[in-house]
Parts: sequence; C-alpha cells; structure tokens
Amino acid sequence: MKKSFIVMNSEDNCATSLKDIPKDEEIEIKEGKIIIINHNIPFGHKFALNPIKTGELVKKYSQIIGIATEDIKVGDWIHTHNIKSHYLERVANE
Amino acid sequence: MSEEFMGYERPKGKVGIRNRIAILPSVSCVNHVAEEIAKRVENAVALTHPLGCGQFGPDFLNVQRTLTGLGKNPNIYGTIIVGLGCENMKSEELAKNIRRAKKPVEFFNVQDFKGGGIALIEEGVKVGRKMASEASKLKKESFDFSHLILGLECGGSDSISGITANPAVGIVSDKVVELGGISILPEFTEWIGTEHLLMDRAIGQKAKRDIENPLKKLLESTMKAGIDFRGIQPSPGNIEGGLTTIEEKSLGTIAKSGKSPITGVLKYSQEPKRKGLWLMIEPGNDIESMTGLAAAGAQVIIMTTGRGSPVGNPIAPVIKTCGNPHSCDWLSCHIDVDASTIITENKSVEDIAEIMWKELVEVLNGKKPKAEELGFHDLAIWRYLAFPFPM
Repeated sequence: MKKSFIVMNSEDNCATSLKDIPKDEEIEIKEGKIIIINHNIPFGHKFALNPIKTGELVKKYSQIIGIATEDIKVGDWIHTHNIKSHYLERVANE
Repeated sequence: MSEEFMGYERPKGKVGIRNRIAILPSVSCVNHVAEEIAKRVENAVALTHPLGCGQFGPDFLNVQRTLTGLGKNPNIYGTIIVGLGCENMKSEELAKNIRRAKKPVEFFNVQDFKGGGIALIEEGVKVGRKMASEASKLKKESFDFSHLILGLECGGSDSISGITANPAVGIVSDKVVELGGISILPEFTEWIGTEHLLMDRAIGQKAKRDIENPLKKLLESTMKAGIDFRGIQPSPGNIEGGLTTIEEKSLGTIAKSGKSPITGVLKYSQEPKRKGLWLMIEPGNDIESMTGLAAAGAQVIIMTTGRGSPVGNPIAPVIKTCGNPHSCDWLSCHIDVDASTIITENKSVEDIAEIMWKELVEVLNGKKPKAEELGFHDLAIWRYLAFPFPM
C-alpha cells in the first residue's frame, strides 16, 4: 500500500506528503482522526495537522522549522506563503 | 542486529575492511607513473590528485594532512609513494608521516631514478607485488564495532532525503556510536540554521565553541564578500520540492547524525582520537568530503542520495541509499539500499535502518557496494585558500 504522508515526530504540527494530494481529499492522520485537505499538496510538501496561529511555531522532526506569518488551518498547505524562517528571524535580532 | 564484523588487523589497534596497496603520487606530475604501477599490482589503487606543487601555508598543510591520512587509513595494507623530486610536497616527508601508522611504506622520486618514469614503474611494480604478496597472507578476524569509523555523506539530495534515507542513516550512526565506534558528519555549510541544536548536543564547552566559531566565521567572511549564505538556502529547486526554510533543509541533512551527543569537531582529514560522533569542517563537495572522511580513517561511508549519484572512494567503500522512488528505479545500478519503500510499501524509517545495518555489516565483511563494484574511485582534496587571488 502506498503511504500518502509521513509525520517525522509525534510532537510535529505538520506532515509531509508522499504523493500529490488533491484539494478536498480526506486523510486519516491517525486512527479515527480524519482531516480534509484544503489545497492541492504536491509530493514532498507539507500540510498542517493542527491549527497554527500567526506567530506560532511550525515543528517537524520535533524541531522548529519556521514561524507562521498568517493563521493556518488544519489541512492547509504549509510553505513559503504562510511561514518564514524562525532561525533568520532570530539571527537578525541578535 | 549483528555486532561484529570481519577485518584485517593493523598495527596500533586499527582494523581494515579492505587490504589494499596504495600507490600515492606526492605531486600531480607523476600521476601517470602511479597509475601504471597500480595497474600491474594486485589490489592496488592509484590515489591520483591534481596537487602537491606551488602550495604553501594552511593550504599545503591541509593537503599534506590529507595525503598522509589516506596512506594511514586502515583499509590500506601498505603505501608506495611516487614523487617527482622538486615539489614541495616531498615524498620522503609523506613517507615519514605515514610510517607513524607502523605499516609498510616505500617512496621513490622520478628525478632520482636512473631511467626515469619507465624504470620507476618497473621498480614500483616489483616492490608493489612483494607488498601485495605479504598482504595476501593476512587472514580476516572478527572485531567489534569499537574498531569502526563510519563516514556520513549526502549528495544530490532532494526534499525526500531528509524524511527517508537520512533519518535511517541516523539510526545506523547512533548504533555504531552505541557499540563504541566512531561516526563523522562532514559538510558544515549544511549545518547552518541548526547550530543551536548541534551545540545543545555537544559534549563540553570546547565542542560547543568549535561548532559555533567556524560557522560564525564562515557567515562573516562570506557577508564581507557580499554573499549571504543564509539567503541562498533553500535553493529554488529545494523550495519547488517542498523545503520551506533553511533550518528545515539543514535538519534533514543533520538527521544523518542521529541523536548521539557530539564529541567534537575535526579539521578536514583529521583523525578522531576518541570514540563517539564527530563533526568535520568541510564545505560540502561530495568527493572532497569523502576524501576527507577516508583521510580521517573512515573504513566505510554511507551516502544518501535523492536524485542519484554514482560516486565512490578509492579507499573506503561507499554504500548508497536513496529515498526517491524514481531514482531508485532509473539509477538502481548505483543504489545499494532502497529507502523509497518508505513511500511505496509503507515501510518505516526503522525498517530501512535495519536493512541498512545488514548491508553495512555485509560490506564490512567484504561485499562490494555498487560504487566499488563499478570502479568509481573518485578523489578530490578540499583546498584551504584563505587569501584572495587577483582575478
């Protein structure tokens, strides 16, 4: 069976797609928990598992990979349009 | 998981997994002489390179350390150094350095040899064959993993590497470290964005500083030259593939180092003196990186590749693993461990790590991985050029 996504760590609030997931597809992210995908998610791209508010951190590998620049809903595509580097933000303020 | 491997005992407690004769030119002028000798000696490999002349300062020392390290690598039974005679990378000096490993070393210079290159090839073959005959008498014995140095490499990465093959390599690396061995992560430009995480894993203040300072120096010096390293990562291709931020990309890279604490930071080609996970300062060219790993004493290298890469190393066998289903299909002749089954067959990262571990043990025991079987003997040395040239 082909897997459609992978979550690198149980603390993560995003998943990485392992196929092109079309908008409106229903995905079972864990047993009994189904989410609806809000955008077309290309292979290798990320989508939200939890709601992430503007300014909140996005986590993958249980580590921070970015900070939300707008409110992100469950099932939203996550990429350069709605998150930015937390690292660059931090070094710019140093 | 198997916890021993078969190898050749070397002096000073070292263990080789191959039993090669190195034919090492001290300078590029005699590369062909080295190649001709290697062709006619069983199990010999010519370590040809384009350097050895007109070098000075840190650049010279860096190359000298690398050539010395290649000769000292435990996969090498003995070394024949071929020099020209007028170069500043003296064959005699290299021989003296490599002899510290207490292994057979001979050296010759073309300019000091009556009959020149042709005569030297004949002599080199004679001496090489004698060395190879001595080497062939050695029997393999069983050793534990405290004798192993594993190199961690990635090249031709895609956005899938960081979520498939790389974390699987991390599990294998952690296992080597747990068993008392050594693992080395090079490519320091790809740690940018994860400094704080690496520093958190560092054992002691020195290791912490050794992670922080070179990265700071790199960022400052490149800034002065008008280049912001942090602004060029991830690349447009990475972004298209789904990588969003520099820290996300680097997290995928450093996943190869697992979760082990970091013992310290090595210079390029520097041999680690203590067990555990080490980092190595090296800017990220695959072949230069793997040459540095072999010169540091790595007997084997695991390389993850997303888009597929055929490269190998003349001393340390290179095991390739790939998480991209298309590359695993089209470039299967270059891939040893197919990690794309994480995607196509619902396998876990842990499943792949288990397959990878078995492959590692088999390769240690003598199985040739694809790059070795196909004869990819790539060698390049990172040059440390700290001074600007007029262009």
